[in-house]
Amino acid sequence: MHSLLTKIIWILITLLGVAAVTGIALNRGEHINALWFVAAALSVYSIAYRFYASWIAAQVLTVDDTRATPAERLDNGKDFVPTNRWIVFGHHFAAIAGPGPLVGPTLAAQFGYLPGTLWILFGAVLGGCVQDMVTLFLSTRRDAKSLGQMARDELGPLGGTAALVGTFSIMIILIAVLGLVVVNAMKHSPWATATVAATIPIAMIVGFYMRFFRPGQVLEASALGVILLLLSVVAGGWIDNHPELRKLFDHEGLMLAWCVMAYGFAAAILPVWLLLAPRDYLSTYIKVGTITLLAVAIIILQPEVKMPAMTQFIDGTGPIFGGKLFPFVFITIACGAISGFHSLIASGTTPKLLINERDIRMIGYGAMLLESFVALMAMIAATVLDPGVFFAINSPAGVVGLAEVDAVAKISSWGFPVTVEQMQVLANQMGESTLFARTGGAPSLAVGMASIFGSAFGEKLLALWYHFAIMFEAIFILTTLDAGTRVGRFMLQDMLGNFWPKMGETSWTPSVVFTSALVVGGWGYFLYIGVIDPNGGVNILWPLFGIANQLLAAIALCVATGILVKSDKFKYVWVTGVPLLWLVVITSSAAWEKITSDDVRIGFFAGAEDLATKLATGNFSPEKAQIAPQLIFNLQLDAWLTLFFVALLWLIVFDMLRVSYRYLAGKSVPPLAEVPHSPSRLIEEWVRD
Amino acid sequence: MLSKIKAAWRVLRRLSGDDAYERYLEHYARNHNVDCLHACDRPLSKKDFFKQWQDEKWHGVKRCC
Repeated sequence: MHSLLTKIIWILITLLGVAAVTGIALNRGEHINALWFVAAALSVYSIAYRFYASWIAAQVLTVDDTRATPAERLDNGKDFVPTNRWIVFGHHFAAIAGPGPLVGPTLAAQFGYLPGTLWILFGAVLGGCVQDMVTLFLSTRRDAKSLGQMARDELGPLGGTAALVGTFSIMIILIAVLGLVVVNAMKHSPWATATVAATIPIAMIVGFYMRFFRPGQVLEASALGVILLLLSVVAGGWIDNHPELRKLFDHEGLMLAWCVMAYGFAAAILPVWLLLAPRDYLSTYIKVGTITLLAVAIIILQPEVKMPAMTQFIDGTGPIFGGKLFPFVFITIACGAISGFHSLIASGTTPKLLINERDIRMIGYGAMLLESFVALMAMIAATVLDPGVFFAINSPAGVVGLAEVDAVAKISSWGFPVTVEQMQVLANQMGESTLFARTGGAPSLAVGMASIFGSAFGEKLLALWYHFAIMFEAIFILTTLDAGTRVGRFMLQDMLGNFWPKMGETSWTPSVVFTSALVVGGWGYFLYIGVIDPNGGVNILWPLFGIANQLLAAIALCVATGILVKSDKFKYVWVTGVPLLWLVVITSSAAWEKITSDDVRIGFFAGAEDLATKLATGNFSPEKAQIAPQLIFNLQLDAWLTLFFVALLWLIVFDMLRVSYRYLAGKSVPPLAEVPHSPSRLIEEWVRD
Repeated sequence: MLSKIKAAWRVLRRLSGDDAYERYLEHYARNHNVDCLHACDRPLSKKDFFKQWQDEKWHGVKRCC
């Protein structure tokens, strides 16, 4: 009777899922309620979690709940600590969910809501979640080793080096593009700039409180910090209304970019307790709180999605970034569907806390489902805006024209009507002077969130909600930025330490300053170019980031596929092999287009050539002629970088195929590095506190 | 209801690391100085423990995109 009931429930969930997905896919012309997206997501996620993830855990990975995990065997009360699974889930989710799933879907909304939504749903359940879960499992079986170490042990030195280089490059590109998103949100917005700037001293106050005033009282200090952050949103509005004070925070993009670089440098050399650790606490609370609030607001309010299912921009002429639907939607939405960066958290960090292997499904697969849901909410927040407004906020001036009249005429001519008055009213409501050409995703997401929150919790506070949303994104973008710069610094010190041991000492001041400056210089360069680029910079940097992130995912899936072959599980090799193949296809074809396309907005070389011709024929205004040589150099550099990424990808794929072939042919391969079984003593009696 | 609130509070403290020192003391009591009669090591003070804990927690990749 009970099993019959269960079956009926699962059949109903399946029917709901099919109805919702086909409803979303086939809807044309009419507005569609956002609740259908939520219904589609929840049913797809539950079916995948209940059946696919369980099957992978039981049949492919054969998780063994009698086996002691590294947390149990190596328990040292510090980093290896057996921890309740809900707590581990919380830590894991907080670590994997950054600004990526908010920005990517917002940009990809230029194709319409459908392509991005389908990729977020199915990419996650078949690709991203599988990658996270399998990596978590493999690292758990290998004393919580990192992805790089596993690649070296299981495939060979080539794999290990590729993982290291891949991680370092993705960090540089990621930080640059996130920095650009923040700069575009702050430029000529005293309110946003003042609020974001205030987050720095607030983090320091919290840091002092936790370290010296009341050591270890994390929650007290965090509560204080959150209150101060909320006050800073209000105070920003006050500064914005003050005729003198507002001038202090009213800056061009370039000036703000220098500030972001100075901040990144300071954060990398200052002690963690002062800035990094407290900022991370605050950003985690604000992030979890806001995402929950957004979910509640969408469910209460059930907003209508106004963006069409697909726009004409699937042909590659989109204003936010150039490139056809295939492969660029899959590159643009990396986090939220599949994100290689997660494999760095799933190996190394999380396995040190895991009590039992049977929780791997919930933590690895489940946390990624939640991240995918965050990406879906970002898609909803972007598509509930009037499409004309969405494009007016996100289209760079280099595409639609600097004058507002030109921009609205151009956008309206695409079939997305919008007027200057409409944009002005909206900007006034949000407490901004203008919302045109704020490329990058953060402002349009903030407008979307503000209008959702505003109608759920009071229209009068729109400007506050808008700047709260900007603060919310900025605070965890800056957290990723300073944490990433620091990690980059450690990696660089580690690498340089091979040649000059003194450089490898992480506390030797000259080495700290030198390597931090190098890392900041690396991403600072791309940020600088992005800011001076009249086409917005995001159109160049975001695809590079997507390619780098997918490269890292491909490395993780290569390690997993190689291990499956070596564990005599060849018949299940498609579980990681198919997502890997898909990543290789999309990354390679995106790279191919970015390198060879004749379209000046897609091909890096074509873009460089076009600029060079225009420069030579004197087609540019003096100020444009001044920056053109830098833009040309940058486009060529980006082309070579793309080529490097894709070469690295193929190298590691071939290395994996080589090892697999040798194993299947009975030749010698690096042995499986799995730690032998030792029985768990933390059995059912374990108090799950 | 009250017990649920208490449980939620415990989860929050655990997630944030608010109770890290208490857990350290428990771990210490369980694993150190079990057999010694005199001249035992003393556990770290809360301030020293927190310093160590915070510095260690921040080594390596901890945040994603």
